[in-house]
Amino acid sequence: MSSNVLLFLGAFLASAVEAVEALTVVLAVGIVRGWRSTLAGVAAAAVVLVAIVAALGPALQHIPISTLRFVVGALLLAFGLQWLRKAVLRAGGFKPLHDESEAFASEREQAGAAATAAGKRTDWYSFTVAFKSVLLEGLEVAFIVLGFGSAQGKLGLAAGAAAAAVVVVVAVGVVVRGPLARVPENALKFVVGVLLTSFGVFWGGEGAGVAWPGSDLAIVALVGFIALVSVALARELRRRRTALHPAPARA
Amino acid sequence: MRYVAAFIRFWWSFVVGDDWRVAAGLAAAFAGTWLLAHHGVAAWWLLPPAVALLLVASVAREARGSG
Repeated sequence: MSSNVLLFLGAFLASAVEAVEALTVVLAVGIVRGWRSTLAGVAAAAVVLVAIVAALGPALQHIPISTLRFVVGALLLAFGLQWLRKAVLRAGGFKPLHDESEAFASEREQAGAAATAAGKRTDWYSFTVAFKSVLLEGLEVAFIVLGFGSAQGKLGLAAGAAAAAVVVVVAVGVVVRGPLARVPENALKFVVGVLLTSFGVFWGGEGAGVAWPGSDLAIVALVGFIALVSVALARELRRRRTALHPAPARA
Repeated sequence: MRYVAAFIRFWWSFVVGDDWRVAAGLAAAFAGTWLLAHHGVAAWWLLPPAVALLLVASVAREARGSG
C-alpha cells in the first residue's frame, strides 16, 4: 500500500516537473510564432512517445523480473542521483535556481529572433522546437513510467500518475497562459530526486540479490534515509555558503 | 552518423551526467552487493550508505569547485 502511494507520487511529481519544462517552451514558441505548427510538433512528439511506450511496455514483460529490476533500478539510481545532486546544490546555494520565467523569456526571445516563415503553411522552427522539447522531456517521463511500472508490475498505476500530472500541468498552463513560475520546481526536483534514488536502491538491490528487511516497507525506510542525508547535506552547504559570503548587515 | 552520436550523447548524459565518478561508484557498489548476496551474506546494508557517500562526495567536489 505505502509502496503504491510512493510509486504514484514519484511518477506523478517527476512527470509534472518534466511537463512544466516542456510547457514553458511550447507556450513561448506558440505565443510568439502561432499555435498551428507548434501544436503539430507537440502532437508528433506525443505519437512517437506513445509508440515507444507501446513497443517497450509489452517487450519488458518478457524479461525476467530480477534482471528487469536490476537494470531499471540501476538506471533509476544513476538518473535519480543526478537530480538529487543538482537539487542539493541548488538548495545549498551553490547552483542557481531553475527559473521558469527566465526560461520562458529566453525561449520567447529566440523564437522572435528566428527567421519567420511568411507564406509557408508550416513553420518548421515552431514545429521542431516544440517536437524536440516534448520528445526529450517526454522520454524522461516514459523512462520513469516504464521503469516504475515494470519493476513493480504496476505499469497502469505509473502511467495513470504520469497522465494525471500532464493533464494537471497543461490545464493550469492553459488557464494561466504563461510559464508556471509559481510551481516550486526546485523543491519538487528535490523530492523527485529522493524518490527516484530510493526506488533505484530498492529495485537495483533486489535485482542484485538483496533480500530487504521488511520487504516493500524497506522503501519507506530508504526514502527517509536518503531524504535525511540530502536535507543535512543541503543545510551544511547553506551554512558554508553563508560563512563564505556573509549577508551584508542591515542598517 | 550524426544521429548515432546524438543517441550516444543522450544516453551518456541520461545515465552518467555531470560526474562520471558517481556512475563508476554505483557500478562498484552494485558489484559488491551482488558478490555478497551470491555468497549467502546479507547485502542489504551496502547500497544505502554507498549511495549516501557518493552523493556527499560528488556534491562536495562540485561545491569546492564553484565555491
